Amino acid sequence: MSRRLNERVQGIKPSGIRRFFELVVGRKDVISLGVGEPDFSVPWSIRESMIYSLEKGWSSYTSNWGLKELRYGIAEYYKKFGVDVSGENVLVTTGVSEGLDLALRALINPGDVVLIPEPCYVAYKPLTFLAYGEPVSIPTTPNFEINYDILNSYSKFDPKILIINYPNNPTGVTYNRKKLEEIADFAIEKDLIIISDEIYAELTYKGKHLSIAALNGMEDRVVILNGFSKAYSMTGFRIGYAIANDEIIKAMTKIHQYCMLCAPITSQIGALEALKLKEDELDKIRAEYIRRRNFFVKRIGKFLDVKMPEGAFYAFPCIKNTGLRSEEFAEKLLVEKGVAVVPGNAFGECGEGYVRCAYALDMEKLKVAVERIEEFVENIKSN
Amino acid sequence: MVVIKPFWSQNEYIQFVQVEAMSKELEILKILEENAKLTPKEIAEMIGLSEEEVREIIKKFEDEGIILKYKTLIDWEKAGNEIVYAIIDVRVTLTREKSYDDIAKRIAKFPEVHAVRLISGDYDFQVVVKGKSLKDVAFFVAEKISTLPEVRDTFTHFVLRSYKEEGVLLFKDEEDRRLAFVP
Repeated sequence: MSRRLNERVQGIKPSGIRRFFELVVGRKDVISLGVGEPDFSVPWSIRESMIYSLEKGWSSYTSNWGLKELRYGIAEYYKKFGVDVSGENVLVTTGVSEGLDLALRALINPGDVVLIPEPCYVAYKPLTFLAYGEPVSIPTTPNFEINYDILNSYSKFDPKILIINYPNNPTGVTYNRKKLEEIADFAIEKDLIIISDEIYAELTYKGKHLSIAALNGMEDRVVILNGFSKAYSMTGFRIGYAIANDEIIKAMTKIHQYCMLCAPITSQIGALEALKLKEDELDKIRAEYIRRRNFFVKRIGKFLDVKMPEGAFYAFPCIKNTGLRSEEFAEKLLVEKGVAVVPGNAFGECGEGYVRCAYALDMEKLKVAVERIEEFVENIKSN
Repeated sequence: MVVIKPFWSQNEYIQFVQVEAMSKELEILKILEENAKLTPKEIAEMIGLSEEEVREIIKKFEDEGIILKYKTLIDWEKAGNEIVYAIIDVRVTLTREKSYDDIAKRIAKFPEVHAVRLISGDYDFQVVVKGKSLKDVAFFVAEKISTLPEVRDTFTHFVLRSYKEEGVLLFKDEEDRRLAFVP
């Protein structure tokens, strides 16, 4: 261990996905199901408003909190997910990534335990660790869900925070009111704070998304994280937001003002325009994802065990019947068939035996990808 | 989403089932309008019906004249095969014997005519004419359209370049720049 570097930084393993990048370099035939963003480009009205703002010279800092109009717009928008808050409780961040980091740093005292159901997005554990928290993984395979009993079996760790993400990356699992109530009951009983990553909220295909902050007794103990990346494809603009009670949001803003100052103004203006987008535009996008999901899951389900995802744009099939480990499967599939998927263990140890396939791809490519995966799997099975 | 009432009459139930089925039918139309190359099997997998059901629905739409034709959108200019399009504004005189419909049908039947639309404004019809050359189109208008007794005058706009047709952009200035792996 180097004396120069921070111990915690040295304690984090670099992402295992890195080496996969090298395997795709220079290959033109690769169809990637390894993406983490939509294939729809940012709606033109949003881009146009950003271009116009640049022509008008909108290039300054904004308030640390973000543009007032945007904060109040977000508060208004969040009513659709059952939450009624003031714009004063909204902090505009540079994506959910920053929001997550701020929340963890604002809440954690050294040694505080953070419960992290897995498989989950790759940032939860390392950012908890960097904030001097102690991440405790909750494996959820094969159903990928948590409930009161599962959570309760972790109360012996005396947790302070629970991070949830629904619809979930990588599993596509989401929670209805009844299931959320179980989680909320546990949080209230153990006096937990919940960090709720709702970045895929708009991409909910079964019922409507409901924020856990909307449930009775939860308004004061939830930090909502969301942003414009997945529903409006604004990934590279790095624009998101956090919603929390006065105490927590002010603490988060304190950190934000020193480490980020404000989210980029051009992105904030794009976000304002995104909020004006009509619901039927989103309906069209959802309908398209549902068709691709149905097609993909039906086809892949013929030779791999896969659960029907209820949101986001990922399917998380089990590849155990091939006898390969996740990374082996992903690497061989990429080298032999030119199809990129993300090994499931990237999302936690319990993701071993699974791979994540993003179906954010046009139907023609999706068809070819499924055919290639089928050939690959059948070939292994017959040998 | 459909809100389900607690007590349903037989009729309401039938109506509900019909509405559900209707939306699937419309979805098939939307899918085909976007990509007519998809097979009934693929469409079935996309929307959760059986292949047979999809075949029947498509057949029904074809029989009812809702699906008129399966076409391919081609960028002829790119294919090196120049085709000249012109938009002709046509002003007509109506009489007791000749209504808009009568005149429109007469114009529409020429194979050179690509589209005929009744429009509001200074002129009555917008006629899109397709030909091999400017001369070709100009002569067609002079000989066949202007000479119709009901036509008072015409105004010809030649199309110099097309940027978008049938809702499809004819240029490509964006590409997929996404990283192959993002967790």
